[in-house]
Amino acid sequence: MQTKGKVFKYGDNVDTDVIIPARYLAIADPKELAEHCMEDIDKDFVRKVHPGDIMVANKNFGCGSSREHAPLVIKVSGISCVIAETFARIFYRNAINIGLPIIECPEAARDIKDSDEVEVDFDSGTIRNLTTGKQYQGQAFPEFMQRIIKAEGLINYINEK
Amino acid sequence: MGMTMTQKILAAHAGLSEVKAGQLIEADLDLVLGNDITTPVAIREMEKMNSKEVFHKDKIALVMDHFIPNKDIKSAENCKCVREFACKHEVSNYFDVGEMGIEHALLPEKGLTVAGDCIIGADSHTCTYGALGAFSTGVGSTDMAAGMATGKAWFKVPSAIRFNIIGKPSKWVSGKDVILHIIGMIGVDGALYKSMEFTGEGIKNLSMDDRFTIANMAIEAGGKNGIFPVDDLAKAYMKEHSAREYKVYEADPDAEYDEEYTIDLSTLKSTVAFPHLPENTKTIGEITEDIAIDQVVIGSCTNGRMDDLRAAAQILKGRKVKKGLRCIVIPGTQKIYMDAMEEGLLKIFIQAGAAVSTPTCGPCLGGYMGILAAGERCVSTTNRNFVGRMGHVDSEVYLASPAVAAASAVTGKISAPEELGL
Repeated sequence: MQTKGKVFKYGDNVDTDVIIPARYLAIADPKELAEHCMEDIDKDFVRKVHPGDIMVANKNFGCGSSREHAPLVIKVSGISCVIAETFARIFYRNAINIGLPIIECPEAARDIKDSDEVEVDFDSGTIRNLTTGKQYQGQAFPEFMQRIIKAEGLINYINEK
Repeated sequence: MGMTMTQKILAAHAGLSEVKAGQLIEADLDLVLGNDITTPVAIREMEKMNSKEVFHKDKIALVMDHFIPNKDIKSAENCKCVREFACKHEVSNYFDVGEMGIEHALLPEKGLTVAGDCIIGADSHTCTYGALGAFSTGVGSTDMAAGMATGKAWFKVPSAIRFNIIGKPSKWVSGKDVILHIIGMIGVDGALYKSMEFTGEGIKNLSMDDRFTIANMAIEAGGKNGIFPVDDLAKAYMKEHSAREYKVYEADPDAEYDEEYTIDLSTLKSTVAFPHLPENTKTIGEITEDIAIDQVVIGSCTNGRMDDLRAAAQILKGRKVKKGLRCIVIPGTQKIYMDAMEEGLLKIFIQAGAAVSTPTCGPCLGGYMGILAAGERCVSTTNRNFVGRMGHVDSEVYLASPAVAAASAVTGKISAPEELGL
């Protein structure tokens, strides 16, 4: 499986409160919720994002609350993959469980700039920056997690078991 | 090679004699927790499952605490959804208005969490129960749904950092100062994916409420869980609150740790985390300029327990909240509210000019009951000071102990109790 898109680049410690502020958490409809994705640090994100685009950030992406609304609004807004140096652990679990592809790759996360065009191959973990021509090797998931991702989330995985 | 305390609990719940860091396991759960924000999402996920029944009606706890008493129609709909689910599945530990509390203050008090348990909760501060020697960690709503249906969860066995606690804290230094000091030292991702295991002779000098506060904020260092040894104080607490049998696990003497730190409680000072990360810490003595504030919040799953209210009351007794500043006190549970009333603490708060609220997470996550306007500053005993956490994106939250929060409410700027001659 592959994806290609334009990069939205963020820094260290992007927390779940800025991904989706708590003042919107009572909203149940994912599409309505996604209208507020990233709004406290990037007001233009929702207007600019296109299906397939890629989010890149530095360390500890998704720190803070356990709200699954955070990976969900990123996915619903059209982002096809999040690349970061590291992910906060609950966000990491949640992304796998709801089927949002994420890749840890410190070198790529540090190098890639906002608006770069990037291609990701999920099977091999290869990341190519089409703007600079540079290639990176992201960390592949353990087999167990790959099975959850292939089932498109934990619920399907359990149903299939 | 030996196992850490966390690894031993996980091994026992996975039916294995041994586990190693990095190993993927499936563990049996003693309790699955959710609140009014995360449970509706879990219920919707559970509806997609082949098996729609809960695994055990007594091993699920649903606590309505974030936006209740309901702040608006949407939050009322969320609680209604959970209430109906709890009724349909006969979930015995469902806590609503009038008997609820902030989940992580409530569950230990109700005796639902004991040493040796393996617990997941769809709330990041589920790590609080490590204070009693349980493995407990925060997860998302899908994990919660899977846990409610199967009674199991997958885990990657964590490695650990050991914190050797020695010494005795000085008068106004509390658990909050200990954990803020640690987060300032190792950073908000300093314990990423790892256990934070607290050991050492100094632990006897930390009250249970101090330990709950410390374990509660393990997540703010990125930790998977925080965990304390089960000493006489922890055993006495469980005996008082729970009819359940607990099981004591101890780390092997040859357990391996990624890192080890020694924390001498006698050297710690009142500590404040500046905006917008819990790692931006300064001791009171390091704050050289006056930082004027508009609001003080004393409460939350981090600091809404009796020790916290007593410390605040000791400072506010016979004093007044500074004119123009709002001070909001939120007892963590109905029992704490009642105990604080019987001890006369609520009278002290009200006479000082503070507002006292029914238990709620409310302002901690910018829900309601104390939202900040642009440019406003709050000293808060809560756990996060991210951008926009308590309201407007241009507001600021300073995290501190109840003692510092109360002293700051009197002076109108960030202050130590010592500034009031205490």
